[in-house]
Amino acid sequence: MATSISYDEVEVGTELPARSFPVTRADLVRYAGASGDFNPIHWNERFAREVGLPDVIAHGMFTMAEAARVVTDWAGDPGAVVEYGVRFTKPVVVPDDGAGAVVEVSGKVAAKLDGRRVRVDLTATSAGQKVLGMSRAVVQLA
Amino acid sequence: MPLDPSFIGRSYPPTAPYEVGREKIREFADAVGDANPAYRDPEAAKALGHADVVAPPTFPFLVTYRAAAQVVEDPELGLDFTRVVHGDQRFAYTRPVRAGDRLSVTVSIDSIKSLAGNDILSVRGEVHEASGEHVVTAWMTLVARGTAGE
Repeated sequence: MATSISYDEVEVGTELPARSFPVTRADLVRYAGASGDFNPIHWNERFAREVGLPDVIAHGMFTMAEAARVVTDWAGDPGAVVEYGVRFTKPVVVPDDGAGAVVEVSGKVAAKLDGRRVRVDLTATSAGQKVLGMSRAVVQLA
Repeated sequence: MPLDPSFIGRSYPPTAPYEVGREKIREFADAVGDANPAYRDPEAAKALGHADVVAPPTFPFLVTYRAAAQVVEDPELGLDFTRVVHGDQRFAYTRPVRAGDRLSVTVSIDSIKSLAGNDILSVRGEVHEASGEHVVTAWMTLVARGTAGE
């Protein structure tokens, strides 16, 4: 691991730089191809509505990947992430309106653990709704 | 009908190895819009102490999700896939996935619960490199909406 963040310089409550991630239909098509998850609820509006969704929704794993960037951009080394988990609480609805959706992610150090590790709690919202719950990463610091 | 709880603890055979390519990692990083050089440039990854480019933290889902199809499509279990949503996801890493890894997944059913008419299934995937080295454990919860009450 080669993160530049020192455990000694981090306190409970330290905030990670927050990020806004725009999500368009094109992003979902690209993610479907890269991940192999071609569930039509992520690209076919007619299908999404037929199964009771308000519109096409983002892959939960896409949102989870975006939220992780707040941690990996902070740590520098993606290998510093030793645990990462989320609960998918609400879908990110992505309309075909030229703008799409925005996922806002913030994070802060919630606990200092043994072995120079910290637990980071993340908050992810879209259109004012919390889209991830229990979103936590354990990060190995220097 | 609720799912049969006797499936708790059942394990499935290890999957055929998935070979992780540098360009697949790059494609995945592009798809999530992440420009981190550790995902693209072997020298940048080496500077961080990795043997080759590493994959983003959620990349292992590509292999664990395919492996979990053994559970989802198990005719004896009888999960109604059309009603399944992804409830939660967690990873614990021994090390990051990196290019050149040949990953095999052993899937087990950790728990089956019925809650508010939903079947809730916890599936664990232990991901090992072909050398036998443990790389990551992934847990996913699948929620089959409305199937437990019928």
